[in-house]
Amino acid sequence: MTAKTVKQQPAVASPVRNVPVVKAAAAHESDMYFATPAQLRQYKTKTIARTVILYTFLSLLGLFMIVPFVFMIITAFRDPDCYDYDVATKVFNLVPAWWNEHFATSNYTLSNFITVFTYQNPVSGATINFGLYYLNTIYVSVVGTIFTLITSILAAFAFARCEFKGKNLLFTILLATMMIPGEMMVITNFQTVKSFTWENTYAALIFVHGVSVFYIFYLRQTFQQIPNELFLAAKVDGYGHFRYLWRVMIPIASPTIVTIAILSLMGSWNAYVWPNLVASGTFHSISGSWNMALVSNGLMSLFTNSDTGLSHDTVRIAGSVVVTAPLFVFFLIFRKFIMRGVSRSGIKG
Amino acid sequence: MASTLTKEMPAKKEERFSFSYAENLSAEETVKQAAYRRTHDTLTVKRAGRFHVGETGKAWIALIPALIFLIMFMIYPIINTFIMSFMVDFKFMKGSGGSFAISNFIVAINTARGSSRPYIGFDNYLKVLTDSEFIGTWATTGWAATWEAGTIGAFFNTIIIVAISVPLTIVIGLLISVCLHSIKPLQGFFQTVFFLPYVTNAIALGMVFKIIFTDGDAGLFNAFLSLFGIPAQAWLSVVASKWNMLFVITIYSIWNGIAFKILVFMSGLSSIDNQYYDAAKIDGASRSTIFRRITVPLLSPQILYITITSFIGAFKAYAQIIALFGAGAYDFGGTTAKNWETVVGYIYVVMQDQTKQGRAAAASFILLVVILLITLVQMAVSKKKVVY
Repeated sequence: MTAKTVKQQPAVASPVRNVPVVKAAAAHESDMYFATPAQLRQYKTKTIARTVILYTFLSLLGLFMIVPFVFMIITAFRDPDCYDYDVATKVFNLVPAWWNEHFATSNYTLSNFITVFTYQNPVSGATINFGLYYLNTIYVSVVGTIFTLITSILAAFAFARCEFKGKNLLFTILLATMMIPGEMMVITNFQTVKSFTWENTYAALIFVHGVSVFYIFYLRQTFQQIPNELFLAAKVDGYGHFRYLWRVMIPIASPTIVTIAILSLMGSWNAYVWPNLVASGTFHSISGSWNMALVSNGLMSLFTNSDTGLSHDTVRIAGSVVVTAPLFVFFLIFRKFIMRGVSRSGIKG
Repeated sequence: MASTLTKEMPAKKEERFSFSYAENLSAEETVKQAAYRRTHDTLTVKRAGRFHVGETGKAWIALIPALIFLIMFMIYPIINTFIMSFMVDFKFMKGSGGSFAISNFIVAINTARGSSRPYIGFDNYLKVLTDSEFIGTWATTGWAATWEAGTIGAFFNTIIIVAISVPLTIVIGLLISVCLHSIKPLQGFFQTVFFLPYVTNAIALGMVFKIIFTDGDAGLFNAFLSLFGIPAQAWLSVVASKWNMLFVITIYSIWNGIAFKILVFMSGLSSIDNQYYDAAKIDGASRSTIFRRITVPLLSPQILYITITSFIGAFKAYAQIIALFGAGAYDFGGTTAKNWETVVGYIYVVMQDQTKQGRAAAASFILLVVILLITLVQMAVSKKKVVY
């Protein structure tokens, strides 16, 4: 609705007191007519003022959204001792005189990141190793996503393509469970995992939340949009049900499948509560023992410094950067898929 | 002719989608055919030694992997937790088969007959509802004193977080969406910016917020306040007031939760037909009238959806508290450390004590009932207000 370009129309005899009608080229189809140039000017001023207010409002809120990220990146590179000195002397030095005093190279360092990846407490022997946490998380999220995809695609296929007794009843029951808060299940799952001696194993992280009713529902919707004629044509060509699924349905539904894969990967990456309950200890296998922590849990262990003896805020923030950065890059690459998938799901409150 | 067709059915069974030969059959034949299908559908012997799996069979083969895990980790837990919440003195001991609620339940029913001691009842619920952790320790001097002491309990903490953060997030989200929708240049850029918090790790950014809200002059937020001449305050530490903590929780909840709301509102706004706005303009409606009479009613399905999901999400508040206050906020110990324990936090703490799992189950069932009640109220209200 910006009236930036104003076309001066040839003066038309106006019915009212011979005032020429000025036509403003409005963005809308219905062009607007103003009785006098003064009114047009008023309209233009109003529009400009409105635009300025709109952009200012959005910029301020956008700043509110971005400040934590900027602050995080700057702090992660600050020298820990320098930062601690500022905190101790109660001086905030980030914004005022930030170039003169604190953007000097000596005050900025990579040491926080080195600590995050290779720290061992000389006394307790507790370690922080985000490289290991990364590998754990990548393993759990990739295997978990593959597991999720296989089960969801097969189940969605059964619900969308096949006819069998009790299909609608089963589907309704599954949909109804979506309403029940996960906390109800966590208590029993916690017991089940203990009984299976799945504590501190990858199985507890991969299988327990591996099948999601929402993903089945979402895929079923997509599968149902595939016209029946394709199935019949495939039948004529001698395709069975599963070959049809593999050769026709999955390629057609691939955008949805990619979206689900991305959401599942993101969910594994950000999971905290469940891994913290069942997999915060040491994993024992034939090839050795190592810490089971995923990135979020590793990050929380930076918080509780009694464990590792670390007390630098800068190291914690560097840990936050290390956890956030891969997902950020991932988001920038798959922005379209993520935003489309999320607008349908709302998995995160 | 008809009977030969029926006999050929196994080979051509799948084709009943495409051919309507069944129409030519007499009623008797149709019944026969149906009976034939019933007996041969699942597993049909096509050739000697080779099984031909029918459609129902294929459906179940496809369903079984998902169903095994759904039943084991979703359906069974719901039933088990429900039963557990009604068992008196439920104890979970690792490794013994009798530690599951369902098997215990049967034993309890049998023993309860000859015993004066009840094994099944509302004991867990009573314990939760009289637990000072859950319901608070209320000072006799009144509400304000309890609030200042930080002992209003997990349940009311959660209610306060929900009541403040949910409406604020929805209103701000709606405002941003409407503004965002009315601009053309930079729209995509702003949309990405507002979406960023969604993809971040709640724990990681909680830590950043904790450091932004550091006590004293060293914190970014206190430095910001000092620009307006407001003295530095304690926000998240032990000495911080309950109001200041609530302020940070609210800011973080808005920051963390607004992305999803904007996304949904934006997709709703773009589906509103421009004709309505044009018509309103011709009639000389003001902007606020257009917003109240056109935008909000036509956006009401999205608003309802967001309201319901936000309430459910906010009632499950846990990660943001952990991220802001550290895991220490849930230690059993000092009183100040538990200032902002939530219902879900309570459940997780109680759950890890193996003798109190029944209580955790009861608390989670109370949470479910509260969520369901609020959802039902919202649905009832929406019937009058939502335009589809």
